[in-house]
Amino acid sequence: MKKFLIILLLSLTTPVLAAPRTHEFMLDNGLKILVREDHRAPVVVSQIWYKVGSSYEPSGITGISHVLEHMMFKGTENLEPGEFSRLIAANGGTENAFTSRDYTAYFQKLGKDRLEISFRLEADRMRRLVLDESELTRELRVVTEERRLRTDDSPQGLTYEQFNAGAFVTSPYRNPIIGWMTDITSLKVSDLQNWYRRWYAPNNAILVVVGDVDPQQVLALAKTYFGPLSPSTLQTVKYTPEIPQRGERRIVVKAPAQLPFLLMGYKTPTLVTAEQPWEPYALEVLAAVLDGGDSARLSRTLVRGSQVAASAGADYNLVARLENLFTLSATPTPGHSIQELEQGLRNQINLLREELVNENELARVIAQVIATDVYQQDSMFYQGMRMGILETTGLGWQALDDYIERIKAVSPEQIRDVARKYLTDDRLTVALLDPLPLNGKPPGPAALSGDALLH
Amino acid sequence: MYKLTLFNAALFVLALLPSLASAVPTIQHWQTANGAKVYFVAAPELPMVDVQVVFDAGSARDESKPGIAKFVNALLHSGTEKLSADVVAERLDALGAQLGGGAERDMAWMSLRSLSEAQYLDTAVNTVASLLQEPAFASTSMERERNRLIAGVRAGNQSPGTIAARAFYQTLYAEHPYASPPEGTEVSLQTITQGDLKAFHSRYYVAANAVVAIVGNLDRERAEAVAMVLVGSLPVGEAAPDLPPVQPLTQAQVVRIEHPSSQAHVLIGQLGMKRHDPDYFSLFLGNHVLGGSGLISRLAEEVREKRGLSYSTYSYFAPMRQAGPFVMGLQTLNEQAEEAIDVTEATLKEFVTQGPTPNLLEAARQNITGGFPLRIDSNGKIVRYLAAIGFYELPLDYLDVFTAKINAISQQQVNDALKRRLNPDQLLTVVVGG
Repeated sequence: MKKFLIILLLSLTTPVLAAPRTHEFMLDNGLKILVREDHRAPVVVSQIWYKVGSSYEPSGITGISHVLEHMMFKGTENLEPGEFSRLIAANGGTENAFTSRDYTAYFQKLGKDRLEISFRLEADRMRRLVLDESELTRELRVVTEERRLRTDDSPQGLTYEQFNAGAFVTSPYRNPIIGWMTDITSLKVSDLQNWYRRWYAPNNAILVVVGDVDPQQVLALAKTYFGPLSPSTLQTVKYTPEIPQRGERRIVVKAPAQLPFLLMGYKTPTLVTAEQPWEPYALEVLAAVLDGGDSARLSRTLVRGSQVAASAGADYNLVARLENLFTLSATPTPGHSIQELEQGLRNQINLLREELVNENELARVIAQVIATDVYQQDSMFYQGMRMGILETTGLGWQALDDYIERIKAVSPEQIRDVARKYLTDDRLTVALLDPLPLNGKPPGPAALSGDALLH
Repeated sequence: MYKLTLFNAALFVLALLPSLASAVPTIQHWQTANGAKVYFVAAPELPMVDVQVVFDAGSARDESKPGIAKFVNALLHSGTEKLSADVVAERLDALGAQLGGGAERDMAWMSLRSLSEAQYLDTAVNTVASLLQEPAFASTSMERERNRLIAGVRAGNQSPGTIAARAFYQTLYAEHPYASPPEGTEVSLQTITQGDLKAFHSRYYVAANAVVAIVGNLDRERAEAVAMVLVGSLPVGEAAPDLPPVQPLTQAQVVRIEHPSSQAHVLIGQLGMKRHDPDYFSLFLGNHVLGGSGLISRLAEEVREKRGLSYSTYSYFAPMRQAGPFVMGLQTLNEQAEEAIDVTEATLKEFVTQGPTPNLLEAARQNITGGFPLRIDSNGKIVRYLAAIGFYELPLDYLDVFTAKINAISQQQVNDALKRRLNPDQLLTVVVGG
């Protein structure tokens, strides 16, 4: 087995694919444009990214970035509510938008010679949105339904929300992206107008285009539609950084459920906040040692070995504006307690602090990183998404160009060092979902048969 | 400033169509010596290969053991007599290969994504082949997967959406094999034995019951070799027998299930259509207007845009081997459930009685035909189409003629199909909430 792996490692270091060509432009009004050519199919993905999201929101108006994202489909000085979507559909396109902590993004997927309609409409709603009171009233109802669907009625969604709110005391990452219910329902047209005017401007946006296009033609089209837009004077956002944590935090979430759920999060740096640039890459490799495929430690030891976990995962995102969490999440198998599960996960973290990761494990992580880099090029949308996220977090779209090299450079000692430095009890927040009975019946087989649910 | 109109947009789209024909991939098709059907598209642009091996081994074959199809499929990932699950996982991860699988009502499948160079692809394909052909069904992995599947059932028990879907299928399909949930029930999962699993595997994971879809950077000769390694050593066996036809509900029915959620999850529907149905394109096009086109669909307009009642409102036909369901869905605050149901039913009734307006029908047609290239713009999407074409025995030129078929459907055909196939007075309504 070992010999087999070494052979693979050597061959995988040869680059398998030339990097896709990406072109960067800047309009006079500050709009940055990134164009990546992908000529495999006669289609194009167009995304416009704004540097605003829930982490920009002060108390009292949490969720406003997401509500504004919804209102962006409700008409402009030139378009009726819903007309944006009807025009994109009539041109054979699909479209949507998404809001996160650090960004808000809008996208269309179209036949390659339909790009103009995307630019016309996005340029229009960047500066000429009409925020109507009755439209807002209805859309706030929609967003509260969205919140109920994603969070209030989802035991795991609720646990995630309370976990973040407990792990972060002062950082804006404590707030849910969708916002607190009372903030959502009290939003006014004037709040949204202020938010829109403050953040929706060409000099706070990045236009990302991936597809079967000619970069110079994209630039010319962008100049036509986005060029005339005036920039805004951007104010820097003031926010409180997270205060240092002084000991482990534990949170219990009681909700009607049948399956316990465990979240453990350690405060960790990101590429933006790290003092040592190698540390985020070491944490990235550490996450893959735990959860990079079925051979990784969590599957091998907790799902297959002790069979304490029905599922177990590790999540670390090195691209975020603010200090973030390295998160372990897991559900116990029936017959095992959540305490056993927590102990199993803690043992895995302890092992990383005490012993060096072996070369075979590292070789597998690198093999997966290299292969995934190829697979990701099958999705034009993903390619655009990656550039957009890197831009809106302030790192720049080229920040991960040396990702594979940086991952390969991580040593077993560095992995142990970041485990010792960051995966400590004093930086840890644990959240447990404590199931309350469903339908007034205690959890367990008695409440489970299909018949029992039908009354 | 400018003011665009739908009319202008329509002209652009029509002008666009002829140039797109060349984008449709060429599908090659053959059978392995032992009778498995293979579908292949060469895609040399990226150094990778996608493979799906599909069997007629979904939960419609569960019979008296709900969950067995999913149980067998999950155990395929747990190693062979010669290779432990750990060794298999290490081998595939060291290649950067990605293994997937699953079982729904009609299909069970295994999927593989690998780099295309022989040193990766050959080992990955060999490994998947042994998983398909000689799974171990060892008792430790069996108990482990049983517990994981039970955890999955419990996760569904706490989700109002899952509870609603289970009740919808259970009521609509009654005694038909489509009635039982693919994830099984806690009681049935407890009763499945090693013998049951082995028998299911030997009966259904056979060449005559298999379809192989391959897309990627390889030529026909290598694709043939890949298919041969994957399924060439499977016993010939027999294709699964035809499923019985489904009897439609004869009267309206309402199922209410208490759940401690703030929202009511509502599913309203009836029997829809088979994958091979003479009305397929008419109903597909009609449904696009009703609830298949996101925010601009009729249901979203009435339920979400005009009244703010729900975040997600949709309708779809799920065509299957036998008649799959027609479903309209929404979630709304419990107190608003009746209002939302009334609006949904009224929207359907008006839609079926009057048909879509000519403008909306043409807009839907433009969206589907103009957007066709987006349906096949990646290897991942093409391999799923190949698997469906093979599994449902659709014509090889399915993708070539797709837009022409949509363009050939008349308003009259849509109106007529909707009237014949949807009966607003015999709907099944499932409401899960407080």
